[in-house]
Amino acid sequence: MYVAVKGGDQAIENSQKLLDEERRGDPRVPELSLDQIREQMSLAVDRVMTEGSLYDPELAALAIKQARGDLVEAIFLLRAYRTTLPRFGAGEPVDTATMAVRRRISATYKDLPGGQLLGASFDYTHRLLDFALAAGDDRPVAEIAPEGVEPGMPRIADILDHEGLIEREEPGDDDAPVFDLTRESPRYPADRAARLQNLARGDEGWLLALGYSTQRGYGNNHPFAGEIRVGEVAVEFAPEELGFPIEIGEITVTECQMVNQFKGSASVPPQFTRGYGLTFGHCERKAMAMALVDRALRAREFEEPIEAPAQDEEFVMAHSDNVEASGFVQHLKLPHYVDFQAELVTVRALRRKAGYAADSAISDAAE
Amino acid sequence: MTTVIPHPTASAATTAAPTRLEGYNFAYLDEQTKRMIRRAILKGVAVPGYQVPFGSREMPLPYGWGTGGIQVTAAVIGPDDTLKVIDQGADDTTNAVNIRRFFAKTAGVATTDRTVDASIIQTRHRIPEKPLTEQQILVYQVPIPEPLRQLEPREAETRKMHALQEYGVMHVSLYEDIARYGRITRSYNYPVRVNGRYVMAPSPIPKFDNPKMDRMPALQLFGAGREKRIYAVPPYTEVKSLDFEDHPFEIETWEENCALCGAEDSYLDEVIVDDQGTKMYVCSDSDHCRERREAGFQGDGGPNSGGPR
Repeated sequence: MYVAVKGGDQAIENSQKLLDEERRGDPRVPELSLDQIREQMSLAVDRVMTEGSLYDPELAALAIKQARGDLVEAIFLLRAYRTTLPRFGAGEPVDTATMAVRRRISATYKDLPGGQLLGASFDYTHRLLDFALAAGDDRPVAEIAPEGVEPGMPRIADILDHEGLIEREEPGDDDAPVFDLTRESPRYPADRAARLQNLARGDEGWLLALGYSTQRGYGNNHPFAGEIRVGEVAVEFAPEELGFPIEIGEITVTECQMVNQFKGSASVPPQFTRGYGLTFGHCERKAMAMALVDRALRAREFEEPIEAPAQDEEFVMAHSDNVEASGFVQHLKLPHYVDFQAELVTVRALRRKAGYAADSAISDAAE
Repeated sequence: MTTVIPHPTASAATTAAPTRLEGYNFAYLDEQTKRMIRRAILKGVAVPGYQVPFGSREMPLPYGWGTGGIQVTAAVIGPDDTLKVIDQGADDTTNAVNIRRFFAKTAGVATTDRTVDASIIQTRHRIPEKPLTEQQILVYQVPIPEPLRQLEPREAETRKMHALQEYGVMHVSLYEDIARYGRITRSYNYPVRVNGRYVMAPSPIPKFDNPKMDRMPALQLFGAGREKRIYAVPPYTEVKSLDFEDHPFEIETWEENCALCGAEDSYLDEVIVDDQGTKMYVCSDSDHCRERREAGFQGDGGPNSGGPR
């Protein structure tokens, strides 16, 4: 017998108990601690912090644990928490030139001031499953380099800028309020600040696919990975009552400066252009994809034809947020039987009009 | 074989609770945010049918599941309000239960499933059968606030079209239905024109409910969280479903009556009662149906029931 699905308090409560049980898994297996997630799933933590728009490794670890490793769900949890936090102001712009660099590579120069610093990277690993790791980690320790890293590594764009080969990025009026996409609804056309905010919290997979599409000819912008750097930067805040900025903490960020070709236009001499990506933690793939998409979205600014999806700012921005996308796609699980009934009535009427008898076959079978 | 009665037989209500969730403001949102939302609502009331952009917040419920309606309700609800939440016309559908629990938890307000007892009714996909009064507010959950979205995906364009009242594309779309099928085939989210000015999405209510919006004594508020838009229809405002002189707007009708209460004029859900596809029809508005049964009305009980109960 078919039972009509109707929910209720009890069903929800039972479902949530079951969810908790499934999250815990086999109780004979030791429970994950937040420290373990933070230390050993650090790239997952970084992604959740970046797309959750909240720098807090501890809470991101909790979100991952609570979400059973579903990172989009974890991002949702972190966002829903973030939205309740009071705001006491906007920080000073972070200066990545003063970053304590852990990794810094450039694909445009063999060597450059400050040098190439490979750091920790999957890049040159052979992707062979390490069965020894399955048996347990033997506490690997990396050796300390004989010399320290040079302090103050100039950014690639600053180097190119000496010759005027790359577009300048003039800081805007410091006192002008910056658009805040968490407080205002986006207006199109959007400015670059709004776009970069959107991309910074945008879904990594979405940006990866869009960035990739530009490389395959859908809005190609001839990118070079000018520089990718990962490391710690100071966050400064100027409290009103003090009147000068003080350091309130340190965060890890990944920054990508793409150097893109540009032939020049009637008003601009030939020079390289830029695409920019920045994430919390170490999210290199995301930062690079973001830089590609940022550059693609500047098509209007450079009077390039807007032909590809990655150049279409409404298309890119309106669909980049995985919390929005996940919610709306999955809302199809909610009952729609009122609307479906309306469609049934319409389809039956159309069929009658077209000369088909009203579902007589089914009624006969039932009787 | 027994027939499943998909409706509750008794009404349920909770009283206001003095204790609510600690660590959060009344009705979850902080007062500044609620003020921002109320400003958007006031603008919406002042310009009926116009979609007001607002700084939609991330809610602890998923986008697409009523975050816009929840924010609107949170902005207008007070400790003395009585809240009713329906989804598909029923109070006991899981999402309605969940949203009602959310407000019971964060605002400690009284809840009810009786339309007459509610001061605020949050709804997804239906308007209650019982006419609403000036003392009530109806809050709609809206997935896509832009009625022109399926015809023009770009926000920059649709805003212009509204500003210039360029609604020809919508009429053409309705006309194409007639040319192809002999009738307008939109059965829900049927576009309306509000106060003779803005074309508005009534949210995915069946077109059966559209006439109820016209000159409704209650204030109608629409919240779209993901799309960050609020709009409103003030009390007693004209809401006209788009149509043509030779193809006037009409609503759904059924040959059947409600199997439980016998109602002939309410919106009916089709319930499949066995694996042979046997159907019974029951009121989608569970409160309306129960009230009628309490008043002594009876349906035929539906198939396999052996006649009226």
